[in-house]
Amino acid sequence: MTARRRAVTLATLAVLALVPPVAGALNQGFYVDLATRVVIFAIAALSLDIILGYGGMISFGHAAFLGIGSYAVGISVTLGLTNGFAHFGLAAGASAVVALVIGVVSLRTSGATFIMITLAFAQMIYFFCESLSQFGGDNGLAIPTHSDFGRLIDLDNPATLYYFALAWLVAALLFGNRLVDSRFGMVIRAAKSNERRMAALGFPVFRYRLLAFVISGAMCGIAGALLANQTEFLSPAIMHWTRSGEIMMMVILGGRGTLIGPVIGAAIYLVLENVLSGLTEHWQVILGSILVAVVLLSRPGLLRGLIARRPARA
Amino acid sequence: MPHEADEVGGGGSAADRVMHASLLLEQLLNGVQFAMTLFLMAAGLTLIFGIMNLINLAHGSLYMIGAYVAASSYAAWHSVLAALALAIGATIVVGIVLEVGIFRALYDRDHLDQVLATFGLILFFNEAVRMIWGATALYAAVPRFLAGQVELLPGIPYPVYRLAIIGVGLAVALFLYLLVGHTRIGALIRAGASNRTMIGALGINIGLLYTLIFGLGAGLAALSGAMAGPIFTVESGMGDDFLILAFVVIVIGGIGSIRGSFIAALLVGIADAVGRAFLRPLLALAVSQSAADSAGPALASLLIYALMAAILFFRPRGLFPPRTR
Amino acid sequence: MNRLVGLVVAGAAALGLMPASGHAAADHVEIGFVTTLSGPSGIIGKHMKDAADLAMDMLGGKIGGIPASIVYGDDQFRPDVGRQVTEEMLKRDKVDFLTGYIWSNVLLASYAPAIKSGVIMIGANAGPHELAGAMCAPNYFSASWQNDETPETMGKYMNDKGINDVYMIAPNYAAGKDMMNGFRRYFKGRVTAELYTKPGQADYQVEISEIRAAKPKAVFVFLPGGMGIQFVKQYAQSGLRETIPLYSAFSVDETTLPALGDAAAGNYEVGFWAPDLDNARNKEFVTAFEAKYHYVPSYYAAQSFDAINMIDDAVRAVHGDLSDKKAMIARMEQAAYSSVRGHFAYNTNHFPIEDFYLLRIEKGADGKYTRKIDSRVFTDHKDAYYQECHMKPMK
Repeated sequence: MTARRRAVTLATLAVLALVPPVAGALNQGFYVDLATRVVIFAIAALSLDIILGYGGMISFGHAAFLGIGSYAVGISVTLGLTNGFAHFGLAAGASAVVALVIGVVSLRTSGATFIMITLAFAQMIYFFCESLSQFGGDNGLAIPTHSDFGRLIDLDNPATLYYFALAWLVAALLFGNRLVDSRFGMVIRAAKSNERRMAALGFPVFRYRLLAFVISGAMCGIAGALLANQTEFLSPAIMHWTRSGEIMMMVILGGRGTLIGPVIGAAIYLVLENVLSGLTEHWQVILGSILVAVVLLSRPGLLRGLIARRPARA
Repeated sequence: MPHEADEVGGGGSAADRVMHASLLLEQLLNGVQFAMTLFLMAAGLTLIFGIMNLINLAHGSLYMIGAYVAASSYAAWHSVLAALALAIGATIVVGIVLEVGIFRALYDRDHLDQVLATFGLILFFNEAVRMIWGATALYAAVPRFLAGQVELLPGIPYPVYRLAIIGVGLAVALFLYLLVGHTRIGALIRAGASNRTMIGALGINIGLLYTLIFGLGAGLAALSGAMAGPIFTVESGMGDDFLILAFVVIVIGGIGSIRGSFIAALLVGIADAVGRAFLRPLLALAVSQSAADSAGPALASLLIYALMAAILFFRPRGLFPPRTR
Repeated sequence: MNRLVGLVVAGAAALGLMPASGHAAADHVEIGFVTTLSGPSGIIGKHMKDAADLAMDMLGGKIGGIPASIVYGDDQFRPDVGRQVTEEMLKRDKVDFLTGYIWSNVLLASYAPAIKSGVIMIGANAGPHELAGAMCAPNYFSASWQNDETPETMGKYMNDKGINDVYMIAPNYAAGKDMMNGFRRYFKGRVTAELYTKPGQADYQVEISEIRAAKPKAVFVFLPGGMGIQFVKQYAQSGLRETIPLYSAFSVDETTLPALGDAAAGNYEVGFWAPDLDNARNKEFVTAFEAKYHYVPSYYAAQSFDAINMIDDAVRAVHGDLSDKKAMIARMEQAAYSSVRGHFAYNTNHFPIEDFYLLRIEKGADGKYTRKIDSRVFTDHKDAYYQECHMKPMK
């Protein structure tokens, strides 16, 4: 990655790392909760950026993986399984499997069709989970205990949970950067700009994309497992298509194809939503106007101009 | 807990069979009527997406504005013509303002930027209607001359209003068929759906054409909203889930094809009606009644998406995609 | 600083080292109110906020004689947002009481952190059975009802009247199933069908055709919000209403009646309260509400009004010593405040034992449609879950 992006990444992580001590000093423990939420959605947005920003696959159903990850934890706890490694393993695994199924069907299509099929799958998963009455259905289910990592990590403590999530974010960033700059990543990125050429060069584009899709889904599933630990609650509401739209907003706001951009986008979106809804019940008018203004006034992504080199005109 | 749900349909007498046949007919009619409301939304959406390559998530907001203006106008003046004219007119004005002010800047942009901007518009309009018309759902009356039922077949009274919706839908379909197939504007529309750059090269004023098409799409959405008001709830966000269905329809039908969206709307509407009506009793033949009671509706809501996925698997560009390049 | 002194004194008193007297009163009471203020369901939040504001006005801006304020939070009808708002109120605004909560899933998501914090939480609408049963807590009270009690009322009414061949409809989600179970708990007659529809469904013509073909004697639905408006309108348009009367629970109320016009006239509903409930306190509330806001209050408003007054009464009883949670809870358990539902008592699980009525949709004196009391169905009704509640005393 470029030096500029590295600088922005380090700066962002530094700010995030300082949240608990600062919040403690100000005696505002709530900011740790808000920041945890930001970090979780940052991981989700980052995972979407891999396939959307770099791969050009506009998936409108990514929130489904957040849901699958949470349900993996919630269902495990309900059935008596509290081991944290199992939880996160299941979350990633289940999401990967579902991503595989969705990918196999949808990646044959492209453009608007791809968007609609991913949306359709997400809705199907949403309706299915709503009808799961053993796990609360749409009422949701309280998750009485956190993922158990033994004495190593006590997720009951908000600050510990925050740093745990932050560690995952760092891992996701490291992994993501290695991935997009690797040979695999290059193929995905090249296929985004000219799929025909890549196929002519002999690359099985479909398989590469499918793998990227699966990796992205698994990563988002991890975010879901973290979300379940944070909210201590399971609900299909997290999988509604409008939530997928919001994750996409975060990617676009921050700057797609930069990995750190979506992280910043998540922070901006969630903090803005929090602040505005506290100011007035008409906050949606303001947030909506801001989104429109951001698109009209800036070229690709709010910060992409700051973070990435301007790409050559295609 | 004993159920007797299927005793009505389970009997073997001739009267029961006739009733079953007439129920099937009635459900088909329901499907067609739902399809017409969908078609009005989808037609505008497919034009805008197909010709201007613009993903407009705010199309549902135009539908909502049409419903709000129609409902409040009718409540004030009790005139169907005034309500429709105001609703369609106001929405077209809003649409044109949006087109000139915002969408013109978005045509050249990435689909994602369009998604972000139009998502912002959804939030904006959802709250704006609450600020203007209040937080309560609006009262939308069925016009008096369309109230009541008519007996289509002996024993099947059907609401006149819904027949009117079918009528309007068919009339609009005919109008669009004539417009697109037999007028100069229509030729431009078809050309635009196939090859945008070429019509620019031919010296047509693209800007004006786009504005006209956007206005047409907005008008159609407003009509759909105005007609839906009396049977659905006129409330903030009413267009959001309906928009998803409209997108499903245009993707199945083929983006840019009005004929495609008509056929797809029929498919979706009828599949939905038949699924909701008959999946449960069909399932009850195989599993217990209570299992069928919960599985039936769950499957019915998945049905449309499964149908779309299946169609797209075999025809990724939809059923009637306009021929390109 | 006063509160700190009060806490130390209370702590010492608990250890038996000092007599429990001379506690200092707090100088401000902060009440956190979580509800839905944006989106189509924002109308419910508006009713609740208006009622809570009215309660504060009538109390002179004071709770228990101490200057107070209500901080409102918008849950956006999302459980994770509702929980975040709750955490915000607990940690940032440091509220002394939490109330509101329209939706069961939002309440369930927000419950754990609220209860753990020790703050007294008063549910002003949702009453999920978990909180009436196994998850009950000493610092949780319901100012409304347990979810099942309302459809139970309809079940009992129809059962007592010998109405058979009932066609039941609910959305296919947890609340829908709960409502139908509640109905069946007391209804032992014949059910023609139990139909679950898609949540958020707009068009019910298919189901209405089914009803016509099945020829039941009555239709009972649970279709809240926009779904209810749509179904009731379409049912009226189908002409079936003359032959097959429509009964519902949580489907037609003062938040949706403005949109229904004549479509709901004569329909039946159920509830623990209606604007015309005949007692002095309720008359006072409804008159003041309509004078200030010019619309008829719904039960959401009535519940919120009661919640604020319940808090006021408890704070008054401890002379402003907010640290004495035990005493406030003991006071609340007596249901001693003047409620708009009339006199009632609290059960061991901190849910009300109250009367339930059959209601009919009719025009009020001002020409607007409202729910009116038809007859009493349950007297001092208890919910079905209180025996599962084994409340551990507060520390």
